[in-house]
Amino acid sequence: MNFTKGSELINICKEKNLKISEVMLAREVNLSNSTEEEILNKISISLEIMKSSIEKGLTEDVRSISGLTGGDAKKIKARREKEKPVCGFLMSKAISYSMAVLEVNAAMGKIVAAPTAGSSGILPAALFVLAEEYSLTDNQLIDGILTASGIGMIISRNATVAGAEGGCQAETGSAAAMAAAAIVELMGGSPQAALHAASISMKNVLGLVCDPIAGLVEAPCEKRNAIGVSNALISAEMALAGVESIIPFDEVVDAMLKVGRSLPFQLRESALGGLAATPTGIRISKEILGK
Amino acid sequence: MKDYSIFDVVGPNMIGPSSSHTAGACKIGKIAYKLARGDIKSVTFMLHGSFAKTYRGHGTDKALVGGILGFDADDERIKHSFIIAEEKGIKAEFHEVDLGEVHPNTVKIIITKNDQSKTEITGSSIGGGNIKIIEIDGVQLEFTGEYPTLLVPHKDMPGAIAKTTAILSQHKINIAFMRVYRHDKGNNAFMIIETDNPIYTEVINDIKAVENVINVYLVTII
Repeated sequence: MNFTKGSELINICKEKNLKISEVMLAREVNLSNSTEEEILNKISISLEIMKSSIEKGLTEDVRSISGLTGGDAKKIKARREKEKPVCGFLMSKAISYSMAVLEVNAAMGKIVAAPTAGSSGILPAALFVLAEEYSLTDNQLIDGILTASGIGMIISRNATVAGAEGGCQAETGSAAAMAAAAIVELMGGSPQAALHAASISMKNVLGLVCDPIAGLVEAPCEKRNAIGVSNALISAEMALAGVESIIPFDEVVDAMLKVGRSLPFQLRESALGGLAATPTGIRISKEILGK
Repeated sequence: MKDYSIFDVVGPNMIGPSSSHTAGACKIGKIAYKLARGDIKSVTFMLHGSFAKTYRGHGTDKALVGGILGFDADDERIKHSFIIAEEKGIKAEFHEVDLGEVHPNTVKIIITKNDQSKTEITGSSIGGGNIKIIEIDGVQLEFTGEYPTLLVPHKDMPGAIAKTTAILSQHKINIAFMRVYRHDKGNNAFMIIETDNPIYTEVINDIKAVENVINVYLVTII
């Protein structure tokens, strides 16, 4: 039951009448010689880490070594509790959850790379806002992780999830695509709709550069995780309503790789271009690395 | 091409902030720890390339020391590894160096043990928390630590390899990859054996007894 392309995954789902998460679980059993139970237990450990990283970022005093990030997730939570959130409670929560994880990551806390550390806030934020809003169980969230991993696997296999290779589109774009597909399945959408959501998410950030200040996984990464989870929610909403991506998922993934390859070295995690190369970016870099 | 597991995509579980600069660094440190087998007095880290430029901001230094203490990449004690090392009386120092034509995220670790013996190990963090070891005690080699891995220093003499693999066969251990390296003919050599099955102490002791085998190290990070 192996596959490398989105189209093959959809065919397997159709032929066997399975969800993406079910295909991924069966595939993993084959690949790893582990039982379903062992695999699900291992994922539940990841889910638990995701949950505690959100909680930690929202409740504890989290600050990075550089001092660039920390405390912003809490600000969003505090505003939501006192005043009316501009984009609704669900979106406000999603934004703060994703930022909480990135702040914990920058402060040398424990996270799950999904698919990378720099994009690790998007999938947990999407899963846990949905869980709270619609009372989903941990087992359902584990299915969400399985579905997300299917999308991430196809992107890793056919393109890249590394910022150094493909820019931020490959990191937060991939994470958003993974989260969007998970949301669609959790909300009862079809595998086809899940792939449309993944395609839309990726298309929304095609060309996004990776330009971290001082080369650190902090800024603008944290805010781009907030945009990433919003992107996933928006794309899932479209796909669940029957909106389709005009370009099929596999072609979007190919396009992402080609765009990534055409990005100059300066805009692929080298901290030599974009925001990292602004006067302020350079000043901050000197202050931090000169420490 | 490699078949990605779901845990390659959603994972690793790790201490931030960077899979290559933090998680990978910790794994290289842990292999050095396994090679030294405890009793460490001091450690010198020679940081190359991006490791040298950004190690403070990424906590690469804390992760390396965490590895030397035997911590895994998802151990929350990494953040406090300097204090823990100090409590154990282990001294650590860091130097920014040029190690030549190697991966940008490379570190050479020089361990001095309490008996004054030294172990040198060089490793690169090649992305996504994956690593490769490229040199041990002056011998260039390559392994990843992703499989149960035996490192067997031996004398470059006939029979050492055959007898070692025969022992693995007796214990029904399948060899996934195996390579042999040597300094010069008839002198110090290394076998690197990566297996599909776990390796128990009994196997290690059997191999240690083989003629011309100098030592046996299990350097797995999984």
